[in-house]
Amino acid sequence: MPDPRSYMIEERLRSAKRILVVSSGKGGVGKSLVASLVASVLAREGKRVGLLDLDFTSPSTHVVLGAGDARLTEDRGIVPAHVQGLEYVSIVSYSHDDPLPLRGADISNALIELLAVTRWPDVDYLIIDMPPGTGDAMLDLVRLLKRVEFIIVTTPSPLAFETVKKVVTLLSEMKVPIAGMIENMKVKGSRFIEEQAVILRVPYWGALPYDTQIEDSLGSVSKLLRTSFGKELREMVLLRLR
Amino acid sequence: MLTQGCNVLKWLSPDPFEMHEWALAEAVLATAADIARKEGLTRITQVRVKLGELQQIETDIFRYALSTLRSDAFRNARFVIQREAATLRCRRCDHEWRFQSRELGEDEKESIHFVPEVAHAYVNCTSCGSSDFEVVTGRGVWIESIRGVKPDA
Repeated sequence: MPDPRSYMIEERLRSAKRILVVSSGKGGVGKSLVASLVASVLAREGKRVGLLDLDFTSPSTHVVLGAGDARLTEDRGIVPAHVQGLEYVSIVSYSHDDPLPLRGADISNALIELLAVTRWPDVDYLIIDMPPGTGDAMLDLVRLLKRVEFIIVTTPSPLAFETVKKVVTLLSEMKVPIAGMIENMKVKGSRFIEEQAVILRVPYWGALPYDTQIEDSLGSVSKLLRTSFGKELREMVLLRLR
Repeated sequence: MLTQGCNVLKWLSPDPFEMHEWALAEAVLATAADIARKEGLTRITQVRVKLGELQQIETDIFRYALSTLRSDAFRNARFVIQREAATLRCRRCDHEWRFQSRELGEDEKESIHFVPEVAHAYVNCTSCGSSDFEVVTGRGVWIESIRGVKPDA
């Protein structure tokens, strides 16, 4: 018998006009920071925005946003918390400070459960922060949601890009649209990533600087948006998404 | 006296519409309707549903949600709801044990109720203490069988 939860997912996400998935092959490239601030910039432009953290084993958007244990409520399902002008859902609301060791099948089950029972209000954008890699979470998301677009985050390093390239190839083979590629933590003028994006036929959205102010600004969206990273990201979002 | 059989009181107060069980009931009905359509059933007479104990679904609320949300296709359907015990097996030492929600705090129970995998944050192997375990039985909500009538039957 089919899984009843899978039947509800498209229906549950019908209230989201556009679903943008922030992903990368590599960990530590700044996905959560980018996802949180893309969502925050759009919200501050007057858009209705949801942010879903699907990095179950290492969630961190709550740290970026200063969300603490954002409280999810219940109304015929899970209703997102209101955090920094966003409709916000993270597993942290349930796992709190405890480690959550999940294997592949558990990740699939948790993802399907959350997507099936979360009742998103009408939003212009739903931003999804993904775990690194091409594992169960990404494969399930692509299988279950038919109208997602990906934003790929990489660093300038060929070490990171080696894996990022595989994510792009995989998504292209599955005919999943990639809205753009963001180069994060840029410290020098190399055009390596930009040239690779052209080769891969992915829109290159631009570079975000390596910014030493970021660490001190975590937990405050206003402060983060005042950093050089935040300002560059804002320009990028307004140009590409508004 | 309030007994376990009086769960109905829980959903009469404060508000039955706040319950997560509704979302799961909605999913079961959508799935059952789709299966019935694919099988060419015009009338559904029975839907047999299993509730895994890990998620601690309130059977009375779930049944009430099914009867309230059901479409015409389910008008004469009987919902048979059975619970399945949750057994867990440690991947580190192979020990198998039965999940007991009473050993958890209210917040922890509520978290597992919403996303059963959160059990990995709060439950440990009763033999070696590992949180790397497998849910062998009793996870989630699923349809066991559907019975119905085909037009020419």
